[in-house]
Amino acid sequence: MPPGADANRPPSNAPASHASAGAASSRLLVMVFLGGVVAASLIAALLVSIGERKGETEHPYQLLVAVDDQTTDPAAWGVNWPSQYESYLRTTDWQRTRYGGSDAIPVQKLNASPWLRAMWSGYAFSLDYRESRGHAFTLHDQDHTQRVLQREQPGACLHCHAAIMPLYEYVGEGDIMEGFRQVSAMPWEEARNYTDASGNPLVQHPVSCMDCHTPNTMELRVTRPGFLVGIAALKEHEEGIVGYDPNRDATRQEMRTFVCAQCHVEYYFEPEDKMVTFPWAQGIRVEEQEAYYDAIGFSDWTHAATGGGMIKAQHPEFELWSQGTHAAAGVACSDCHMPYQREGAQKVSDHHVRSPLLNLNRSCQTCHAVSEEELFERVATVQDRTEALIQRASTALVDLIETLAAARALGAGDDELGEAIQMQRSAQWRLDWIYSEGSHGFHAPQESARILAEAMDMARRGETMVVELYAGRLDRDAVDIMPPFGVTPDSLAPTREGPAVPGTPPVRGGG
Amino acid sequence: MEGPTRGKTERISRLMLGVAGILGLTVGLGSFTFYYGQGTAYLSQNPEACINCHIMQEQFDSWIKSSHHSVATCNSCHLPKGAITKWISKADNGFFHSWAFTFRNHPDPIRIKPRNARIAQNNCVYCHSEFVHETFPERQDGAVGCVHCHKDAGHAAWR
Repeated sequence: MPPGADANRPPSNAPASHASAGAASSRLLVMVFLGGVVAASLIAALLVSIGERKGETEHPYQLLVAVDDQTTDPAAWGVNWPSQYESYLRTTDWQRTRYGGSDAIPVQKLNASPWLRAMWSGYAFSLDYRESRGHAFTLHDQDHTQRVLQREQPGACLHCHAAIMPLYEYVGEGDIMEGFRQVSAMPWEEARNYTDASGNPLVQHPVSCMDCHTPNTMELRVTRPGFLVGIAALKEHEEGIVGYDPNRDATRQEMRTFVCAQCHVEYYFEPEDKMVTFPWAQGIRVEEQEAYYDAIGFSDWTHAATGGGMIKAQHPEFELWSQGTHAAAGVACSDCHMPYQREGAQKVSDHHVRSPLLNLNRSCQTCHAVSEEELFERVATVQDRTEALIQRASTALVDLIETLAAARALGAGDDELGEAIQMQRSAQWRLDWIYSEGSHGFHAPQESARILAEAMDMARRGETMVVELYAGRLDRDAVDIMPPFGVTPDSLAPTREGPAVPGTPPVRGGG
Repeated sequence: MEGPTRGKTERISRLMLGVAGILGLTVGLGSFTFYYGQGTAYLSQNPEACINCHIMQEQFDSWIKSSHHSVATCNSCHLPKGAITKWISKADNGFFHSWAFTFRNHPDPIRIKPRNARIAQNNCVYCHSEFVHETFPERQDGAVGCVHCHKDAGHAAWR
């Protein structure tokens, strides 16, 4: 060290200075030591955090228990896939939106919208029609609806209300389609309480994991015979593809819609065997389905006030979605109803299937970079307008029904009223198609408005036809088209034996 | 040297030894963490560095299929062109991304920050200026950016 390089430093041989410098050094050393401890701890924490994240990506799940095609209990799958199971359990939550959502005791829609009773007069849906609830309630709610408790229903309902595949397999002795055919034709109680040879019940759980997932690989699959037959017919009709099998031919993104379309569709019970059948052989648009029903002469029920053969629309979510902008953009049901959520380094699709309005951030903002308020307002605008059109269309339909009933009271027969009753059938079908569909118009706003406009036009044209025939003689106030509050009298209810109203064709569908 | 001073010096030396050990451990632990966390990757141009933590997996996957795949990587669009500003930007994003991912407090779906959006916009123009200069407003502040419409030119931002 050159002389003077450290001129400010006290001479190292001065004992007093040495002692104080030593104390300062000790303090410094202790501080450095503590700093090192803190730094090492933080680095270790970071290291562990990185390690955990890496682990998450390397092991998306751990197979702790074996599950197979007989494992209908979602809790068993939940051992292997806890995140998905926990969000599935949340389908028991209740949270309403403006036009839907769950409740502890679901809202009786027949009371909220009395015109529904007029529309479905004579049919089991005029007994009980409530707000729908989450997947975990599918079996419970079907067990308790008055439509099942007060009216004879077939085992076909279980196609979508239960984890049903083991029953189909058992009854069909390995042949799913044969099992499906036999179970569909059983009375509801027999199918619901079916046991295997050792007395174990085969229907125990609502819609469950195995309905959409291949055990162990968790690959998406469709299991429901109704969909497999329906989509094959549609593909053949629209694209000329023979023998289409979604489990073999569909892309993953298509499957993220098809698993939902196993049930969220329009269907009817095939008259002979009560098999759940999707009316897709002539296309899936509302008038194409109507043409299909007309071609086979199908009616779900005979209207109690007018004697016309009517078609009950179920819940054509897949069909309406397919006409909308989201379908055109390749957005699947799961993208909005089961959006991905992050858990560490993993993406997990949310199995709490619900309205995207309750999860705007993940459902909508993944693609739409605008505020939640703006997104909500866009949906609300579509739904409010659809609601206004539904109100107008329902008023028109009830006017037609009252007019037809007044004409019946004057003794008018099918010869005079046939054309107007056809209008009732078409208008009711269109209104029901949009009303019973789950999105309140949002899945395809333009298509919904078009269909409701047609419903209004048909109902008013039908009314005009009757008025022209019986001008001045119709007394609409004298007829009572509404069934007693909450209950359709047995005399007006459809039965398997024959028509509810004398002189009308027998009802061949179910409910 | 007398006894007490000598003892103190020895004590300090032992302390020095301990501290050096701790520092050595810390540096060693830090180095390993840097290596284990693929720290050197972030100094590279390799787009795969951007999916180390999988948050931007969708962006990476769709970039592979995008029109820009053969001409631009992540850094081409998301870093400034300046020799120094590029590294400042890397450090800035590196720190905040690590922070967000470690404490899991980032918005999801992720959103580009205004500063990074300006960088991306400048890089669109950097390559496409010949083509777009006639349609460009003189002042860009407040103007609609390229990706407002060409949302999926580089990568799709969804799923």
